[in-house]
Amino acid sequence: MNGVHDMGGMENLGAVAPEPEAPVFHHAWESRVHALSVASPTRNNIDAGRHQREKIPGPEYLAMTYYEKWFRGLTELLVARGHATWAEIVRGYAEPGFAKTTPLFSAAEVTPRFMRRGSFARDGAAPAFTAGDTVRARNLNPPGHTRLPRYVRGREGVIVARHGAHVFPDSHAHGKGEDPQPLYTVRFAARELWGPTANPRDSVCLDLWEPYLEPA
Amino acid sequence: MALRVKALESLMVEKGLVDPAALDAIVDHFEHRVGPRNGARVVARAWRDPAFKARLLADGTAAIAELGYAGGQGDHMVVVENTPQVHNLVVCTLCSCYPWSVLGLPPVWYKSSPYRSRAVIDPRGVIAEFGTVLPDDIEVRVWDSTAEIRYLVLPERPAGTEALDEDALAERVTRDGMIGTARL
Repeated sequence: MNGVHDMGGMENLGAVAPEPEAPVFHHAWESRVHALSVASPTRNNIDAGRHQREKIPGPEYLAMTYYEKWFRGLTELLVARGHATWAEIVRGYAEPGFAKTTPLFSAAEVTPRFMRRGSFARDGAAPAFTAGDTVRARNLNPPGHTRLPRYVRGREGVIVARHGAHVFPDSHAHGKGEDPQPLYTVRFAARELWGPTANPRDSVCLDLWEPYLEPA
Repeated sequence: MALRVKALESLMVEKGLVDPAALDAIVDHFEHRVGPRNGARVVARAWRDPAFKARLLADGTAAIAELGYAGGQGDHMVVVENTPQVHNLVVCTLCSCYPWSVLGLPPVWYKSSPYRSRAVIDPRGVIAEFGTVLPDDIEVRVWDSTAEIRYLVLPERPAGTEALDEDALAERVTRDGMIGTARL
């Protein structure tokens, strides 16, 4: 989806405002939104969560703070998955006769759970490209979730690393299974992306799945 | 927002979707157990131990796990090294991907539209706004975190730190230095 979330290469969106390393959260409610989001049963599909936030209409997306977007995404996913109704979310308590479920984990399980290594690597097809190959990012404009930013579509780059097959977000976000695809790091020269005014030494590397790429 | 969030939390607890004590533990975890001090330990170890540095650059996830750091948003770590000739900068243009296991949760500016949009087209301008003007003859490599690979910048060890032990070295490492918006 060609939404405003795909903002690489845009300008005039404001000044970058550096800040110190603490505090982690600027308001108590932000810490609760973060905790609710990562503890919720809807967290089992990170790609669907990202896509839910991308679907916030552009003018609102640009005006919202980060944790406002997380709150919106969480509530919409809870409703979409049948965990709650909008009336319940606004009111703050459940309809009579609701079916109580069991939380995914307890307080004692938090640190082990968040310190445990997971993996998005899966068994999958052998990669078609190898390090050093020149490839072109395909000109794809899918209506749903994708991790192929607009600013590299149609541009040529060089494969610099292979990562095996990883869960493919374009499928996974839409409930179409993990559909693992070979994943590569691809280096694009800054001049290929931004034209002759870019520094000739500079480059941008992206992690791109094989369906995003074609031989150049 | 505070009231709307309180209402949502009450509902999710009532329905058994979350454990309220687990929510407190999650906040505590992200405020106190993970954060840029973890990454600073990794960098300080790499500065003092060439064998560790070699392992870190070859397999970031495994080397970082040697120090006990692992977990979500750090499952596939790649460490990129700054040198006198090369400067690295990390961004996520599409959302806010960031290596939680070694840097904790990202600062507001990292998740903001100005940074996400400009880091790829004008990395030198963005870095200058953080106070560092890079000479034209340094190569700038930007890493846009579009998959589940997470990037950590290994800054150059500052001059005059030869006598420092690992704890003192770690204190010299900043979060911004490990994202690449600063040079140490």
